Parts: sequence; C-alpha cells; structure tokens
Amino acid sequence: MKYAAPTTVSGVQALLADNPGARVFAGATDLIPQMRAGRPEPSVMIDLKRIDRLMSVNHVDGCWIVGAAVPTSELTRNAGFTAAHPAVSEGAGLIGSDQIQNRCSLGGNLCNASPAADSVPALIASQAAAVIATAEGERTVAVSEVVTGPGETSLADDEFVIEFRIDDPPPHTGDAYLRMIPRSEMDIAVVGAAVRLTAEGDSVSEARVVLGAVAPTAVRVPDAEAALVGSAIAPKIGDDVIAAVAAAASAACAPINDKRGTIQYRTRVAGVLAKRATLTAAERARNGA
Amino acid sequence: MHRTHVSCTVNGDQVDFLCADSTSLLDVLRDELGLTGAKEGCGTGDCGACTILVDGRVNCSCLMFAPEAQGRDLTTVEGMASAEGLHPLQQTFLEGAALQCGVCTPGFLVAAKALLDTNEDPTETEIRYALAGNLCRCTGYDKIVRSVQEAAARMKGT
Repeated sequence: MKYAAPTTVSGVQALLADNPGARVFAGATDLIPQMRAGRPEPSVMIDLKRIDRLMSVNHVDGCWIVGAAVPTSELTRNAGFTAAHPAVSEGAGLIGSDQIQNRCSLGGNLCNASPAADSVPALIASQAAAVIATAEGERTVAVSEVVTGPGETSLADDEFVIEFRIDDPPPHTGDAYLRMIPRSEMDIAVVGAAVRLTAEGDSVSEARVVLGAVAPTAVRVPDAEAALVGSAIAPKIGDDVIAAVAAAASAACAPINDKRGTIQYRTRVAGVLAKRATLTAAERARNGA
Repeated sequence: MHRTHVSCTVNGDQVDFLCADSTSLLDVLRDELGLTGAKEGCGTGDCGACTILVDGRVNCSCLMFAPEAQGRDLTTVEGMASAEGLHPLQQTFLEGAALQCGVCTPGFLVAAKALLDTNEDPTETEIRYALAGNLCRCTGYDKIVRSVQEAAARMKGT
C-alpha cells in the first residue's frame, strides 16, 4: 500500500484514474480498523487533508460550505455553524471520542455508508447537498442520494465528495438530533433521529423527520412529516400530533437484531426519539429568529 | 522496499524518520523513535492507550499512517515532564494512585493535558467526557478524575 497526499482536487482525480483500488480518506477511523480486520488493502491511500478546499469551513451567500475532510471537532467548535445547524453539529459531536472527532469527517461518515452514521440523518433533515468530484468535473447531489445500502454509495470508484453545502434555514426553523446508545458515550447508534421544523405564524409549515440505524440507510418518515405540517407549533405541538409522529417513526423502521438492540427495541425507541427530537426542534423554532 | 521520508516535530525536537507507507504512527513512535509511552491497546481507536497530541489536539496514533505526520507537531507522554520535574498531572496521578497496571496511563495523561490546556477549571462531567475515549480496566476511573481535578487546582494556583 502506498500513501499519497495531493494538494489539489485534480491531483486526487489523477491518482484515482491511474491507480485501480485506490481509496480516498480523511480520518480513516473506519478504514484502518477495516483493514486490520482483514479487508483488502487499498493500492493507494489518498489523504485528502492537505487540500485546502476539503479542509475549509465557510459561510458564503447564505450557505455553509463544509469541506468533506474537515474534522468534525471543527464543526462542534464553530459557534456560527452550530447556531445555524445545531442538529448537524449535535450529530458530528456524537461520533466517537475527542480523539476520533479530531480525525473523522462528514465526508467519511457519509461515504463509509454505515446505517448508523450519526451526522447523516441531520444532514438529510437540513437538506444538505454534497459536491462530488467526478472524472469530468463536479456534480452536486442531495446527501439523501449518496448512500444506497450498508457500505454502498451511488459514487463511482473515481468519485469523491469535495464539500457539503448547507443553506441557512428559513426563519423560525429549529432542528435537533438525538441518538440512543446502550452507554453514555462512545458507542454506535441503536437509533438516531433528526427533526427539522419551520414555523409560519403558530403552525408548522415545513417538517423533515429522518431516522438512522433502523433501516439499511437513513430514512425519511413522510407520514410523520405529514402529521406535523399544518399543525400548531405554538404554544406547543398537540399531544395527538406527537403521538402520530412517534407511531409513524416506529412504523418506518426496518431494523436488524444485533448486540446493541433488538428489532422490537429499535422500533419502539425510534418513536420515542422522534418524539423528543420533535419537541426540541419545535422549542428551537419558537425561540429562533 | 519503498520507504517514505517524514520530517516532523516530536516533543519540541525536529525529527526525521523513514517508514513504510502502511506503518502506523504509533509503531514509528515506539519502534523507530524509542518513545514507548504510547501503547497499542485495541488498534482500532476505541481504547485511547495510543493517544498523542497532533498540532495540540488528541489523536489515536494507531489510526494514523506514519507519513501523515509530515510537518506536524507531535506531543507524547514523554514530552510532558520538564527539567523542573513531573507535569502536575503526572504528580497527582502518582499521589492519587490513579493507575494500577499503567498501560492506559500515558493516554490518560495526554488526554487530560489536552483538556487542561483549553479548560483550566473543568467540571467533573467535562473531565469524564474529555476522557471518554480512554479506557481503564483497573481503576474504575474515580481516582483518575480526582487526580485531574487536583492537577487543575494546582495549575490554577501557580
């Protein structure tokens, strides 16, 4: 295995074109353990961390542009980003330990394509887009279009994520991400739930409810969103609406049994987390500008 | 075999080494540079025994390819003590018996130093979260947390 650290996007593209079996990485916090567990070694490990564009966080024309290789600790430390997109920051701040968060990135969390990836439900709820380098140039897709199944993405072998674009939310928007794990820190999600709500007057005008770790990919819950849109948000969301959100979230689950949680447990907890994330998002929407 | 030349700073000293590209930074620190404080516990980034500072931030050196260190500023547990004596954390760990077998201790010391470098008066909760990436199977953590609190108090007092 060779290591390469190009300083330009075109340098990465050239390496990918010339080296079948090459892989890009930022933190490699999943890739290295996979290699040690016996997965075939890439021919070339292409380090993305020396490319300025992939390591930058900028706010331009009402849009946060986050480099795909930026360590997630840079996002949780960034007060402006965290205020604009608390759910993404909350998800980013739940990935592993401080040691891991100084390495791991949104690009890696997405493209590792774990169903339990903590930043992905919030990125989808925030309508984030991924700018992808292709052999010909660049293309932009919704984050929801990237992961197609466990360990599988819609990216071609010679493609990689350059950056994420997350538009500022509309006025009176609040969001939240919650995760359930069996211990208080340092584990993989049993269920994750991201909710984003926008208020217009005293009612919900837009809603996005996204679950992680309960299906082969992160999933939106259209029935929960439909229950929320048009319902009252101030002074509070009605109990019947909350109950409908929880029921729809549980109904949207198609989880697996594993050592962290059974199908029955995940299904039940998905409803609970969707409910709690909805209440927090609503509170933030009411309190926000 | 192809070997990559890497230049970096380790505990304030300019260091050059040659490595195979797939070598972990931890293996270079231990086997090439003789800095055996950082340990390999799990090799997967779960236990934190290999914790070092990279440009002032905690990282698992087992999860870094050695060539990634090019141009970086590394601090290991060996860089904590000074000519005047032990770092206050090392002193309070000793006094407070915050270790038994000691394998995890270098990682805890480096992670605790990183915390106190940015937060001179952390709460117990902040200490426990900051050390969540470091596992200890001997102490039950309580003596570690108390020792970090004591070190913070002493460092504030000086």
